[in-house]
Amino acid sequence: MFEGWDAVVLARAQFAFTMSFHIVFPAFSIGLASYLAVLEALWLATGREVFINLFNYWLKIFAVAFGMGVVSGIVMSYQFGTNWSAFSDKTGPVIGPLMAYEVLTAFFLEAGFLGVMLFGLERVGHKLHFLATLMVAIGTLISAFWILSANSWMQTPTGYAVNADGQFVAASWLQVIFNPSFPYRLVHMVLAAYLTTALVVGAVGAWHLLRDQHLAGPRVMFSMAMWMATLVAPIQILAGDQHGLNTLEHQPAKVMAMEGHFQSHKDGAPLVLFGWPDMAEAKVKYAIEVPKLSSLILKHSLDAPLAGLDTVPRENWPPVPITFWSFRVMVGLGFLIMGLGLLSLLMRIRGQLYETRLLHWFALTMGPAGFIAVLAGWITTETGRQPFTVYGLLRTAESASPLAAPAVGSSLIAFIVVYFAVFTTGVIYILRLMAQPPHHGEQGPHSDVPARAAGITPAAGTVAEGAAP
Amino acid sequence: MNFAIDLATVWAFIIAFAVFVYVVMDGFDLGLGILFPLFPQKADRDVIMNSVAPVWDGNETWLVLGGGGMMAAFPLAYAVLMPALYTPMIAMLVGLIFRGVAFEFRWRTSQTGRNRWDIAFAGGALLATLAQGIALGAILQGVHVDGRHYAGGWWDWLTPFSLLTGVALVIGYALLGATWLVMKTEGALRDRAYHLSWLLLIAMLAAIGAVSIATPFLHVQYTQRWFAWPNIILTAPVPIAVAGVTVLLLRSLANKYDYQPFFLTLALFALSYAGLGISMYPYIVPQSITIWQAASPENSQLFMLFGVAILVPLILVYTGWAYWVFRGKVKPESGYH
Repeated sequence: MFEGWDAVVLARAQFAFTMSFHIVFPAFSIGLASYLAVLEALWLATGREVFINLFNYWLKIFAVAFGMGVVSGIVMSYQFGTNWSAFSDKTGPVIGPLMAYEVLTAFFLEAGFLGVMLFGLERVGHKLHFLATLMVAIGTLISAFWILSANSWMQTPTGYAVNADGQFVAASWLQVIFNPSFPYRLVHMVLAAYLTTALVVGAVGAWHLLRDQHLAGPRVMFSMAMWMATLVAPIQILAGDQHGLNTLEHQPAKVMAMEGHFQSHKDGAPLVLFGWPDMAEAKVKYAIEVPKLSSLILKHSLDAPLAGLDTVPRENWPPVPITFWSFRVMVGLGFLIMGLGLLSLLMRIRGQLYETRLLHWFALTMGPAGFIAVLAGWITTETGRQPFTVYGLLRTAESASPLAAPAVGSSLIAFIVVYFAVFTTGVIYILRLMAQPPHHGEQGPHSDVPARAAGITPAAGTVAEGAAP
Repeated sequence: MNFAIDLATVWAFIIAFAVFVYVVMDGFDLGLGILFPLFPQKADRDVIMNSVAPVWDGNETWLVLGGGGMMAAFPLAYAVLMPALYTPMIAMLVGLIFRGVAFEFRWRTSQTGRNRWDIAFAGGALLATLAQGIALGAILQGVHVDGRHYAGGWWDWLTPFSLLTGVALVIGYALLGATWLVMKTEGALRDRAYHLSWLLLIAMLAAIGAVSIATPFLHVQYTQRWFAWPNIILTAPVPIAVAGVTVLLLRSLANKYDYQPFFLTLALFALSYAGLGISMYPYIVPQSITIWQAASPENSQLFMLFGVAILVPLILVYTGWAYWVFRGKVKPESGYH
């Protein structure tokens, strides 16, 4: 099996497949961890029961999602070595330490406090438990910091030198970590994670409001989620625009592929709305264009010249159709999310936020939109930087392990089978939890069989305090 | 130059430490999975799962530190060993997926479905452990290197020796799991765990003996390292200490102590691990690549050493706190309020 296949293509397929599955979980858990911290803070501050019910409700979902993020993440950290050993040898001295810092500052923090966050409310008291929740939330953000720094360095490498063995080494750690695309990517991704979570929370709230408009928990979560969409979606579109301008500066070929600009335009490039990019003929077929708009967006001038892929050697072209279309999916969803936010604001002002069924249906259908937009965005940026793993310096074909196609193909099949079996089941469990509305006296994870040590009875006062204020 | 040599050695110890912490901490988690089929009662299984549910994720993180740290500190060794251990590594990852999700999934399904995730928990743990043990044996027997690349096939790791180390690790983790249960449970469950500890200890001693006898036959270097004069003065204490710990362990089992069996088993692991270190040092890929050849540039190792020196003690403190919060015996108590 797989004789005659290209091992590099199989390795790329494996990375794309395992990464696409993985990114869904951290994108959700970054946002959800922060949301849980906010809910617990609101509960501690106001003492309103609805907040602790919502906290326990989403905590159960968080536990399932986080577990899937952990196990699919370990696959990623070992895949650099198994399938991309030449890449690991050459870039290990630079991005290895960034990932080691991710483990030391983020993974241990999340894992160390997760147990207390999930099962420890009765054992440690409110303040320490809130600290644990906060540490988990901060851990997810620190993790995003380091892994996006490593990814950004691969996109826009700075602060490096090359040693006698052909390895990249750091000349300046500050320039490595804070490379040119990193701040933009970090902001764009963290906002994306928050929006993704808000859309899921909003959809769950909407689902229950469609059945009963008077449920306290769904009203609170729907309102909070819609505030996020209203406020953050426009900011995200601005952040994305800035990220795009940064990409134009450092990875122009990626932007050419996103825009479908095969030809250079001397006086104003058109914005190609839709069409089919044909790489063989080097043109966008069936294109629907708006004249000069691309120059206005990218250069803030209608007549500004814009270079096209005709200025880039053909062996350095990224796959244009994928980059072009995934970008359109992301941007289209971004504007839809902003539309949802604005509609909810209108209804809120009119005092009909909880009564407008059309809005609830809209929010419900938009539930998965964040995940799709995140995936489309990552496909845009990762496909658009091909054919390099370290942009302009190390080609993807020179990064792979010296393995034969049957080895890589077999492991690819193993991962496909296992991921679909395991993660679709996990998603079903999460949907099942979401199908129930949060109710009075909502319990945390494993409440049917609590883990409790002999000789330690939870202080009665602590428990009472939890229900009282 | 002297400084660089010291730094590589320091990092060799750091990576070795991370892997050892992983082995002892996830070792008992995985051991519980291996023992799962021997505890068919749902109530027992709930207790077993709950005894590690709050800490397993932290335990597994040491594996990520071992792998990530190796890529950062010894990228050449990481780049050679991972393709060489391709199949065991993939098998380990798949096993860890099933084992890891089972912690949450088994609470989210009906009775029949729950049994399905119990099988995933046990099967995943067994697969991951076997793969880790095989990987260890494959490293010890050496891999085919050409320049800066692995140059062998994807089944080179499969030998009688690597299968032996695979089975040995399954026995070892099972013993850790059994003594963990002795420490964390009560009543009939604890009695079963005592009984299993006896059997597993005997099996573990046989496994240590078999691996110790087989290792010197792999390479002349191993034989010389252990038996040549004057090395033997330094290496002889290891088997003597193994004998001493075994006596203490037998005694603590006979006296039905709670905590001693687990910690003495850890000591047995530490001694076996030290033995491995004695055999391998200073090679990181035996007989091919030394730690100095594989080392990252000084500034990469120094940059990380800074973080390790500050953060690892901190990590040990809050990890210790998490264990402290969930200390004591786990009871199958119901009635949440």
